[in-house]
Amino acid sequence: MPAITFIHPDGNSDRIETSGGESAMQAATRHGLDGVLAECGGNTMCATCHVYVDEAWLARLPAMADDEDALLDGTAAARLPNSRLSCQINITPELDGLVLRLPERQV
Amino acid sequence: MSAPGSALSGVPHLDVDPFDMMFFADPYPTHELLREAGPVVYLDKWKVYGVARYAEVHAVLNDPATFCSGRGVGLSDFKKETPWRPPSLILEADPPAHTRTRAVLSKVLSPTVMKQVRDRFAAAAEERVDALLDKRSFDAITDLAEAYPLSIFPDALGLKPEGREHLIPYASVVFNAFGPPNQLRQEAIERSMPHQAYVAEQCQRENLAPGGFGACIHAQADEGAITATEAPLLVRSLLSAGLDTTVNGISAAVYCLARFPDQWQRLRNDISLARGAFEEAVRFESPVQTFFRTTTREVELSGARIGEGEKVLMFLAAANRDPRRWDKPDSYDITRRTSGHVGFGSGIHMCVGQLVARLEGEVMLTALARRIAKIEIAGEPKRRFNNTLRGLDSLPVTITPA
Repeated sequence: MPAITFIHPDGNSDRIETSGGESAMQAATRHGLDGVLAECGGNTMCATCHVYVDEAWLARLPAMADDEDALLDGTAAARLPNSRLSCQINITPELDGLVLRLPERQV
Repeated sequence: MSAPGSALSGVPHLDVDPFDMMFFADPYPTHELLREAGPVVYLDKWKVYGVARYAEVHAVLNDPATFCSGRGVGLSDFKKETPWRPPSLILEADPPAHTRTRAVLSKVLSPTVMKQVRDRFAAAAEERVDALLDKRSFDAITDLAEAYPLSIFPDALGLKPEGREHLIPYASVVFNAFGPPNQLRQEAIERSMPHQAYVAEQCQRENLAPGGFGACIHAQADEGAITATEAPLLVRSLLSAGLDTTVNGISAAVYCLARFPDQWQRLRNDISLARGAFEEAVRFESPVQTFFRTTTREVELSGARIGEGEKVLMFLAAANRDPRRWDKPDSYDITRRTSGHVGFGSGIHMCVGQLVARLEGEVMLTALARRIAKIEIAGEPKRRFNNTLRGLDSLPVTITPA
């Protein structure tokens, strides 16, 4: 199964195994990772699973939908060009090795 | 031919009335019975299917094409009965119509908008706590859980000062009306005329202050996102579901923190847990206990065959305490990872006002924990009975300043 890496604001990182068909957010919450709140549980409504995608990976992610784009305007930490909601990143085999940085805050 | 829920489909029949006063007084043993009887049950009393386990509740919520809302999210089937009021354009609608109206309310209540109102909501919470500290002994329902949302939400909507006393009674009617034709529902609807008249009036554009959520909804009609006749009905959704729900959410949180002093102490030690403490109270108490869906086709759900046009009752509260999903489900733990709970629902109909609720809950618990050392229950809590909402009518408390 593909593994992905979350880098915390303090520089520490967690490499976690994903299971088939789950989103980066689901993988993070299933592993009890700090820094991904996902208050709405993956329904694209809350913007609390915000991540900064490592530049090397950005272009390899599927394009964002309008609702994700609108929610990113409301994130607690600054929205950057590489901001995404991790509930909208489905982990496919091609994303094995994906690196996501966590923001300072989610609310 | 087989009767609905017959032995053929293996669905256990239960003689349980989840809209009975005895049930409301202590729903937990019945929730367990419903969960353990099977993934899908049949309730003979109201001739409906029921799901009480997390997996099935989540599955039903996330398959709106099969389990629709357009035939009503209460027991009444809009295909067979005339609804007691014009149906909601969002709650009681299905895609594609729902997609359009939902987008409008999502925009009006977005994270960006919450950032704009946060300071105002937080200042009002501080003011409320000032008043409570003057009193020391008070009713945590009327003086806190009701008084706080009433001090901000009607203003945020842009409502006139006059007539706001109709708001909580109107919401109470709405949530009672989802239930079966029992005394609670019948009496609520019989007494609803003045509340309905007030609400219909306030939904009109000229009665909503500029800049408020209500005016923002009407502005969406100018943009062409909705029609001018749809706008008032969408404002009505905020009046129906935006106040009493948060009253019960805040009640739940205060009631939990007063009952479990160890959790209150944890919150006092780390005030950043306030938002989680509120969220966990929504899971633990589930202020919105149930909703129905109606099947649009014959469907198999976890081995049970359900015919077309059947009502399915989702026990959100039971799902939120399903041991298959939650570790120590009956413990209130403010550090719990609550993501995935169905207290706000799930899927396309998940509470569109959830961000408002969380903001109110967070800033109120923050203000309380900062300035109050102890909250003690000072008298017998009294329950408020409603077919859908779980909450208290009265919770006498005494507080000790920090």
